[in-house]
Amino acid sequence: MVGPRLPGNEEWNGVDPSRTDFSILSMATLEETEIQQETRPKEGLDVPWQVVVHNDPVNLMTYVTMVFQKVFGYPREKAEVHMLEVHQKGRSVLWSGVRERGELYVQQLHGYLLLATLEKTG
Amino acid sequence: MEIARRKDHLEISELDPFLAELLRQVPTSARAEGDPAAEARIYSAPSSAPRDELCSEWKAYVKPELRRLFQTAIETVAMDLAQLSGNEKTFANRSLKIPENHAEAWLSALNQARLVIAAKNDFTENELSDHCRSPIGSRRDLSLFQVNFYGFLQEFILREINPLAAGD
Repeated sequence: MVGPRLPGNEEWNGVDPSRTDFSILSMATLEETEIQQETRPKEGLDVPWQVVVHNDPVNLMTYVTMVFQKVFGYPREKAEVHMLEVHQKGRSVLWSGVRERGELYVQQLHGYLLLATLEKTG
Repeated sequence: MEIARRKDHLEISELDPFLAELLRQVPTSARAEGDPAAEARIYSAPSSAPRDELCSEWKAYVKPELRRLFQTAIETVAMDLAQLSGNEKTFANRSLKIPENHAEAWLSALNQARLVIAAKNDFTENELSDHCRSPIGSRRDLSLFQVNFYGFLQEFILREINPLAAGD
């Protein structure tokens, strides 16, 4: 990562992944746990998810490039390729993998005010 | 207006009263509360399916953290902007020093303000690309100038704090 952090951003960068696992947060009783298991875990474990960034006409190209470098640790050239893809094609897939990690990335991107979504692959 | 990097801060000097007032407006302009379009842009959905379970979880758990993050940046900027207070009735040019460790807060607050203004005015992409439009006209023209002025400052801050990302 390059440069200083946003004040208060420590909670994003040093976030405990369990904090973003909402199924864990809501598991107060065994009964509720069983409900969660019926509704969520299979899709989270088996299906790859992707982090998609969408174009918006306000965010500066240099700013978007900087954010990709900071959030994903991409070198400038790779960050610029994704930024241009967002600008020209309207969207770019920045990352794919397990759901919980993807949620954390989307959370960070929203912290930088980019339009980002988590989508199932395929 | 002159803008330069000093030893441990960024300095905007020769600020005329009009631009100084626009800068003073950053914290107010960044407030999305009460405007549905602005709120929707600042707290955008994490999924393209609005009924997705993730969206409701996001609203409950992530949105409050984002609100706190954005508010912290605005408060930092408001603190720096206190340098411009006190002589509102004079027409003398002013200077503003931004400590280097406040630069990211400024980037965030300027971005919030630009997004909120654009959402409230529903600016088109063509309007946002029209950098030659005069601020002297309608309220809409002034808002567009404000978005572009804040964008100019963002570019400068980015170039100074992260020269590699800015392409220098």
